[in-house]
Amino acid sequence: MATQLTVTHYSQPWHGRALDLLVQILKYVVLIVLAISFLLPFYWMVSSAVKNDAQVYVVPPIWFPRPQFWENFWNAWNSETFNLWTFNTVVRYALPATFGTVLSSSLVAYSFARIDWKGRNAIFAIVLATMMVPDWVRLVPLFVIFKTLGWINTFNPLVVPAFFGNAFFIFLLRQFFLALPLELSDAARIDGASELRIFVRIILPLSKAALAVVALFTFMNAWNDYLGPLIYINQVDKWVLTLGVGRLRSAVDEIGNTKLAYPWLMAVSSLITLPVFLAFFFAQRSFIEGISLTGLKG
Amino acid sequence: MVALRRLLPATQREWRNFLLGVAFASPWIIGFLAFTIFPVGSALYYSFTRYDLVRDPVWLGMQNYIAFADDADFRLVAGNTLWWVLFSSPLGVFSAFLMALLLNSRIIFRSFFRAIFFFPAIVPVVVTAFVWIFLLNIQYGAINSTLQAWGFKTIPFISSPDLMKWSLVVIHMWSQGAAMVIFLATLQDVPKSLYEAATVDGANAFRRMWNITVPMVSPIILFNLVMSFIGGFQYFTLPWIMTQGGPSRSAEFYAIYLYRNAFQWFRMGKASALAWVLFLLILLFTYLIFRTSGRFVYYAGATR
Repeated sequence: MATQLTVTHYSQPWHGRALDLLVQILKYVVLIVLAISFLLPFYWMVSSAVKNDAQVYVVPPIWFPRPQFWENFWNAWNSETFNLWTFNTVVRYALPATFGTVLSSSLVAYSFARIDWKGRNAIFAIVLATMMVPDWVRLVPLFVIFKTLGWINTFNPLVVPAFFGNAFFIFLLRQFFLALPLELSDAARIDGASELRIFVRIILPLSKAALAVVALFTFMNAWNDYLGPLIYINQVDKWVLTLGVGRLRSAVDEIGNTKLAYPWLMAVSSLITLPVFLAFFFAQRSFIEGISLTGLKG
Repeated sequence: MVALRRLLPATQREWRNFLLGVAFASPWIIGFLAFTIFPVGSALYYSFTRYDLVRDPVWLGMQNYIAFADDADFRLVAGNTLWWVLFSSPLGVFSAFLMALLLNSRIIFRSFFRAIFFFPAIVPVVVTAFVWIFLLNIQYGAINSTLQAWGFKTIPFISSPDLMKWSLVVIHMWSQGAAMVIFLATLQDVPKSLYEAATVDGANAFRRMWNITVPMVSPIILFNLVMSFIGGFQYFTLPWIMTQGGPSRSAEFYAIYLYRNAFQWFRMGKASALAWVLFLLILLFTYLIFRTSGRFVYYAGATR
C-alpha cells in the first residue's frame, strides 16, 4: 500500500487515474476527520479541567475557557487522599507486580526458548491455551481462596500471582530469547557456566529492550487496573487511583451540584492520564514493537 | 509402555535438561496449578452448589444450570452480550484495519497520526469512562451542547436504552490502537511487488485493496476478530463505570450480571455456573470461527 498509490500510471486509462486521485483526496479527508475526533475527548478533558461551573453549564460549549482556573488541578487533587492512593497504586501494587512479572516471566520464557527439554512444546501449548481461559471463571474461586487466606483488603491478591508468570509476556519474551544466537550459551556452557548463570549474565543483559517492554506493560496494566482493586480492596485507605477518582464522579451525579464537580473530575482524570502519556511519549517505539510482536503469529 | 517410554527422558543428559527446564518453568507450572487449574476446577464444583461464603456449600446438582432456562435476567444479559459481540467486534476490527490502512499509505506526519490513533488504547478505562460520560452528557456535553446551540434536538447517547450500546461501540472503535498496530505490522510485510504487478495490469486502488491487501492480511483479521470476541464476552469495566449496566439495563452485559451475583449478592454457586457457561460459550465460538474461517482466510504457502 505504501508505494502503489504513487506508481506512475502509464498503462492506466484516464478514469483509473481519476479514481486514484479521488482515493488520495478521500484518504486525507478521512485521516484528518479521524484525527480530530480522536483528539477531541482529550481536548475536552483538559480544557474542562480549567473551567469554573459557569463555563461548564452553558450552551454552546466553551472550547477556549477564559479565564482559566489552573488551581483546579491542585484543589481537586487535594480534595481527597489522592497522594495516599498514588502511593498505594505505585508502591504497593504496580512496582511489586512489575518486579514479579519480569522476574518470573523471563525465567519461564528462558526455559521454553533455550533449554531443550522433553515435553516443553506441549507445556508451551498449554501456556498459550491459558490465554483463552476467561478471567471470570477463576475470579469466584480465587476470591474464596484469598478470603480464606485473609488476603481481602490487602494487595496480595493483586501482587502474589504476578510472581508466577504471565502467559502473554512469557510468549513475548520467548520470541525474543529464541532470536538470540545459540552459540552464546554454548560457549558459556563449555566454560562450565551453569544455566542460571547463563540466564543472568548473558541472556538478560542482551534482552533489556524486551524486559523494558514487559515492565512497561505490566506497570501500566497495574496503573490502569480497575476490576482487581474493585474486587479485593474495599477499605478506602487502601484504594488505588482508579477507585479514588470514582469519589469525584459521585459529585457529578448529584442534582443541583455547584461544587466544580466536572472540572475536578476532569482535572484528576487528566492528572492520572499524564504518566501514561509521558511513558508513551518517551517510549513510543517500545509500545508499538511490543504489541506488533504479539500479533506476529501465536 | 513403549509409547510412554518415548515421552520420558532417556539419557542422563536428557534427564538433566528435563529437570533444568522444569525448574526454570516451575513458577508458571505452580501458578498454573494454583491460579488456573484449581480455581477453574473448584468453580465447576461450586457451580453445582448454593454457596454464600458464610455457610458451607449445599449440593444442588444441575439446578443452577437448569434455572438459566427460564431466568429472564439471564436471557437479558445473554442477549445484550451477544449483541455486543456481534456488533462491536467486527466494527472494532474494521476501525483498526481502516486506521492501519491509512497509516500504511504514503502520508505526511505519519508517526504523529499513528500516535493519535494509538493513544486511546492505553488510557486508564476509568478516564475513558468519565471523559465520555461528560462528552456525551444530554445537556452540557460537548456534542449535545453544540447541537442545542445550532437549534437541533439533543441526542440521548447514554440516557436512552436504544443508544447506549451504540455509544459503547463508538468508544470501542475509538480505542482500537493495539489491533491497529498489529495490522500495521502485517501490512508492512505484504510484498510491494504484488502491488506493482497489479498496477501494471491496470488494477485500480479498490481492486488492489480487495484482491491483494485483504487476502494477505486475512489471518490477522481472523486473529484480531477472535481476540475481540474473547474480550467482548467478558466486557465489564467501561459499562460498569459509566452506567452500572443502565439505562434500563440496556448495557447490563454478562460479566456485569456475574459480578453482581458473585460480589454484591454473594451467590457464588450461581456465579460459578454463569462463569462456566461463559467459558463454554467462548470455546464454542472460537471453535466455530476456526472451523468456518478456512474459506475466508488465505495462508500464503498453504496448499489446502
